[in-house]
Amino acid sequence: MRDYNFAYLDEQTKRMIRRAVLKAVAVPGYQVPFGSREMPLSYGWGTGGVQVTASLIGPEDVLKVIDQGADDTTNAVSIRKFFARTTGVATTTRTDEATLIQTRHRIPETPLRAGQIVVFQVPIPEPLRWLEPREAETRRMHALQEYGVMYVRLYEDITRHGRVAQTYEYPVIVDGRYLMRPSPIPKFDNPKLDRSAALMLFGAGREKRIYAVPPWTSVKSLDFDDHPFEVEHWDRPCAFCGARGVFLDELIVDDKGGRLFVCSDTDFCSRRRAESEAG
Amino acid sequence: MYVAVKGGERAIDSAHRLLAQERRGNPSVPELSLAQIEQQLALAVDRVMTEGSLYDRALAALAVKQSRGDLIEAIFLLRAYRTTLPRLGVSLPLDTDAMVVGRRISAIFKDLPGGQILGPTFDYTHRLLDFDLAEARREPEIAPEESDGPDEGGSLPRVMDLLDREGLIESEPPEREDPPVGDLTREPLTIPAGRDVRLQNLARGDEGFLLAMGYATQRGYGRNHPFAGEIRQGEVAVTVAPEELGFPIEIGTITVTECQMVNQFKGSATAPAQFTRGYGLVFGGAERKAMAMALVDRALRGRELGEEPRSPTQDEEFVLSHSDNVESSGFVQHLKLPHYVDFQSELVLVRDLRAAHGGGSA
Repeated sequence: MRDYNFAYLDEQTKRMIRRAVLKAVAVPGYQVPFGSREMPLSYGWGTGGVQVTASLIGPEDVLKVIDQGADDTTNAVSIRKFFARTTGVATTTRTDEATLIQTRHRIPETPLRAGQIVVFQVPIPEPLRWLEPREAETRRMHALQEYGVMYVRLYEDITRHGRVAQTYEYPVIVDGRYLMRPSPIPKFDNPKLDRSAALMLFGAGREKRIYAVPPWTSVKSLDFDDHPFEVEHWDRPCAFCGARGVFLDELIVDDKGGRLFVCSDTDFCSRRRAESEAG
Repeated sequence: MYVAVKGGERAIDSAHRLLAQERRGNPSVPELSLAQIEQQLALAVDRVMTEGSLYDRALAALAVKQSRGDLIEAIFLLRAYRTTLPRLGVSLPLDTDAMVVGRRISAIFKDLPGGQILGPTFDYTHRLLDFDLAEARREPEIAPEESDGPDEGGSLPRVMDLLDREGLIESEPPEREDPPVGDLTREPLTIPAGRDVRLQNLARGDEGFLLAMGYATQRGYGRNHPFAGEIRQGEVAVTVAPEELGFPIEIGTITVTECQMVNQFKGSATAPAQFTRGYGLVFGGAERKAMAMALVDRALRGRELGEEPRSPTQDEEFVLSHSDNVESSGFVQHLKLPHYVDFQSELVLVRDLRAAHGGGSA
């Protein structure tokens, strides 16, 4: 049995995926169907993101992989090892050093810069899916820009809870046209999508869709004039680095209700700690 | 001092070592050979080849061994290998008329040209554990069965063609004259799907899922009055016609099981009453799957035949989107992956809601 190609996928497949990526960039927020391949990791483990990354990665790239904001979670480790093994490219945990960042569920706290590409792993790409299970119907709704049902859903939350009770995969409108599901990132990260300097690519392997937010594109979280979009906030800083205004994970430290709130972004947190020790 | 969930890398490596150990089991028991799996667990190999969409007995046996007998995992291994293979060409349609049959039965005619050939089947066995099998037996002791089947290469007329001659069953012109037929491993599924893509999807689909769907049609969820018109299993030649050659050449034979269901159709204002078809084809001897596939194929032809869909079994998008066990197994099991960011967001919201509600304890 022979060895695998650079980045596992054959060049024909990479070309097919790059075509889908180009189309996705040309029509921001639009879900482009693509011939998703079986990958050597399981569906639900980031096959869409892995395919997008595999189609784009070159020998000069520096790759960072995170899951839940952290570089050391098992699936992030596994995907980083997969690319290290099949491409031999340099990997990093530093957001500012990476040219390609594959992520599950978070956008790094460190501001992204032009030239960087963020690849999101997406389980369900269709923002209207819980409102309409049929693909044939949701494609028609996108074509007609028929998004009233989503506003009704948010409105129903407000009547029931006094606020929108959607905390992650909070729906956005991209470039004033397409309704998009920003993968299951917390809504806390939604503002980072808006006019980002980096290219944002979304790959859904099992559902066979790719979509994109090109650099400097408007991404607006749905809201109402009297109920503007808000992100979650914590009333304490990170217990490790003292950062405020970042997404905090909650750790349960004993069985007496003891809790610790720490940065979800491990790279951001460890560098802040290193800087404060050095300073 | 809290120790964060670090060391993912070490944990993964250790887990892999442990898995290899568990796979091997007790080292004092001889290791399975691929030949043993291929020969003695042939139906497991057949299922893995069918749902893995790759006809290669040795690789399928390797996948069964590596997956510790978890066939969905084996199917996944085979698929992930198959997807990296270059696509050199497309074969001509299989001619199952020319099949060298090992088994051929029809449930709708007592006798028919070519006869009924029972072949190796569990159907009329008594499901009593055979304790003689518990001990390895000395070879050889099973005398090879004398075959009185048709001569090799002879053509065995299909039951459907006999019905077709009388116009009793819908004729089946190919949907398109020339290839390419659709290929789900290269292009994503679109709805509505053509019959080519539907059949490919069902052939790759999970046997258990198709069995349940087919069973549901028999119990009234999309009933289509099926008869097993013909089931045949045997070897067929695979033929390709390379452009540079200009003529077809046989590149080998594969074993397949084909099931043709005959289903009722009342006719309409414009069409007289006629039987309709459901089709199933699988690698090897996966006969249960072939039959279930034919039932589901027929159920999904409702729209084409002007039947009003009333059940999930007749809903093309529902069936085709959920038939693939590599996809469904992956997505169900991905719930094991960490979700603490999303869950944290939900915690923040639920705490806020409880606080706003008043009296909610923190």
